[in-house]
Amino acid sequence: MTKSEQSILSTLPCSLSPVTCNLSPALMSLRSVWRKFANVVMLSLTGVCALFTVSVLFVILGYLVYYGGKSLNWAFFTQLPAPVGEPGGGMANAIVGSGKLLLLASIIGIPIGLLGGIYLAEFGGRTFSFLVRYTTDLLNGVPSIVIGIFAYTNIVLPMNHFSTFAGGMALGVMMIPIAVRTTEESLRAVPLMLREGALALGTSKWKTVATVVVPAAMRGIVTGIMLTLARVAGETAPLLFTALGNRFWSPGWNQPIASLPVMIYEYALSAYDDWHRQAWAAGLVLLGFVLLANIGARLVVSRGISFRRA
Amino acid sequence: MAMKTSEESRPTERAAGAVTPWPADIKMRAAGLDFYYGGKQALHSIALQVPTGRITALIGPSGCGKTTFLRILNRMYETVPQARPDGEVLLDGEDIFALDVVNLRRRVGMVFQKPNPFPKSIFDNIAYGLRINGMAGKGSLSEAVEKSLKRAALWEEVKDQLHKSAYALSGGQQQRLCIARALAVEPEVLLLDEPCSALDPIATAKIEELLFNLKDICTMVIVTHNMQQAARTADYTGFFLMGRLIEFNKTAIIFKTPARKETEDYITGRFG
Repeated sequence: MTKSEQSILSTLPCSLSPVTCNLSPALMSLRSVWRKFANVVMLSLTGVCALFTVSVLFVILGYLVYYGGKSLNWAFFTQLPAPVGEPGGGMANAIVGSGKLLLLASIIGIPIGLLGGIYLAEFGGRTFSFLVRYTTDLLNGVPSIVIGIFAYTNIVLPMNHFSTFAGGMALGVMMIPIAVRTTEESLRAVPLMLREGALALGTSKWKTVATVVVPAAMRGIVTGIMLTLARVAGETAPLLFTALGNRFWSPGWNQPIASLPVMIYEYALSAYDDWHRQAWAAGLVLLGFVLLANIGARLVVSRGISFRRA
Repeated sequence: MAMKTSEESRPTERAAGAVTPWPADIKMRAAGLDFYYGGKQALHSIALQVPTGRITALIGPSGCGKTTFLRILNRMYETVPQARPDGEVLLDGEDIFALDVVNLRRRVGMVFQKPNPFPKSIFDNIAYGLRINGMAGKGSLSEAVEKSLKRAALWEEVKDQLHKSAYALSGGQQQRLCIARALAVEPEVLLLDEPCSALDPIATAKIEELLFNLKDICTMVIVTHNMQQAARTADYTGFFLMGRLIEFNKTAIIFKTPARKETEDYITGRFG
C-alpha cells in the first residue's frame, strides 16, 4: 500500500471501507483515530448545545440584572407611574395589580387544577378520563391570546368594561391545564402500595387520597402549581384586552388594572429612555417575585416527608 | 345465635338468613369460592376455615392463588379492575361481601410483602388508623401508639425517635412498624402477605417471634414462600396449587404425613 492510498483512506470514515480495516494494523489504528475523532466531535457538539441552553438563560438574567438593576430604586416599588414625559415615578400599582391578578387566577386555577388532577389520577374511568386528559392537553396548546379573546367576549363585553376580574379569569383558565396534568403525574408517581396500606386500615378511598396520597405527592404538586403561576405571571397577551392597564390605583375588582407584563410591553414600545429603563426594572422585579415564590413554596413543602420511590 | 367474639359491641350487619350458630373456634370460612381476573379464573371452589386465635399459613408455588385468596379476605382485590369473586366468605358468620368494605378492613387488617410505611413520622404512622377510624381521644392517642409499638416489639428501638420519618428505620423495623400500624386499630384478623420476603434472616426471626406472641390478640393468616417459615410459625397450613386448595390441615400433619401426593412433592422440594 502506498502512502497516497493511506492518506486517501484516512480521509474516509472507516465504516465505508470495512474490509480494508481488518487488513493491516496500521489501518486498524487509523480506524481508532477516526473513532476518537468522532467521539470528540459528538461530545463537543452536545456540550456546546447544553452550554448554549444555559447561556441563553444567563444572558437574559444578566441583561435583566444589568439594565434593570441600574434603574431599580425605592420609588419603583412605592410610586405610581409619572405622567407622560416626566422622568421618575414607579410601578407600585402594577406590582399590586399583578399580585391581585395572580391571586384571582390562583383562586380559580388551583382548586380546579388540583381536584381535576386528583380525579384523573385516582377516580377516573377509562373513556371519560381519556377525554378529559386529551381536552386538557388541547387547552394547554391554545394560544394565550385566544384565551384573552375568549375572556374579552364572555366577560368584558357583557360587563361593558375592562376589569381585574376579567384578567384574573383569563389567567386562571390558563393555569388549569398544567395544574391538572402536573397534579395527575405527581399522584401517579405515588406507589400503589401506599394506597393499599391506607385502604387496608379501613380508610375510605377519598380519605386515602386526601391523607396519604396527596401529602406524599405534595412536593410535585406544589412544584407544578408554581410552574403554572410563573407562567401566567408573565402572560401579557390575555391581559391586553381584559385587564387592559391603568396608570393609577385600581381599587376593587371591577376596574381596569395595571400589571407588570403589560407595563413592560407599553414601556418597552415607548419613545422614552426612562421608560425603557423602567421596563427592564419591571422585568427584573417580575422574575424576582416568581423566583421568591418558588423558593418559598419549596421551603414550605420540603419540611414534610416525601415518599421513597420503590 | 350471636357469638360474642370481642368485648366491644359493634353494629352487626348480618346477612339475612344466617341462622345456624357460628362456632367460636372458627374466625373466617370460605366455601365454594371462585375468583376471576376478567375472563381468567384464578381460584377454583376454595373451601377453607380459618381457626380463631391461630396462625394459618398458605403455601404453594408462585401463581397458585394463595395471595389472591388472601386479598379476598379483606376485599383488597377490589383495587384491581374487573376482579370478581363468586362464592361465600364469612367472618363470624357474616357475609364479607355484604359488609361495608371500610368496616371489614378495620376488622381484617393486612401487612404487605414490602414494608409500606406512610411518608409520615413513626408516631403518625401508628396513629393514622386510629385517627381515621375516630378511635383516638386526644389523651389516649400516645398510649395507644405505645401499646401498638410494644405489641410489635418495636417500642424499645423507636421510643426516642417517634417523630422521625418512618423511612429512617431499617427494612425489618419498617415491617414491624407496618404490623404495629395494622394492630393499632385492633383488628380481629391479621392477613400477612409474605411479610418477610424482603427481609434478612434476623429480621425474619424477629417477626416470626412477634407473630407467635400475637396469637392472643388476633387470628392470623400468612402467605409464605418459605416452607420452613410455615412449619415454624403456623398452627394450620393450606397448600395451594394452580388455583385449588389441595390440602388443609394441622401444620404437623401437612409436613409429616400429607394426604395428597402433590403436597408431599411440593414440601419435599420435588417441584416449586
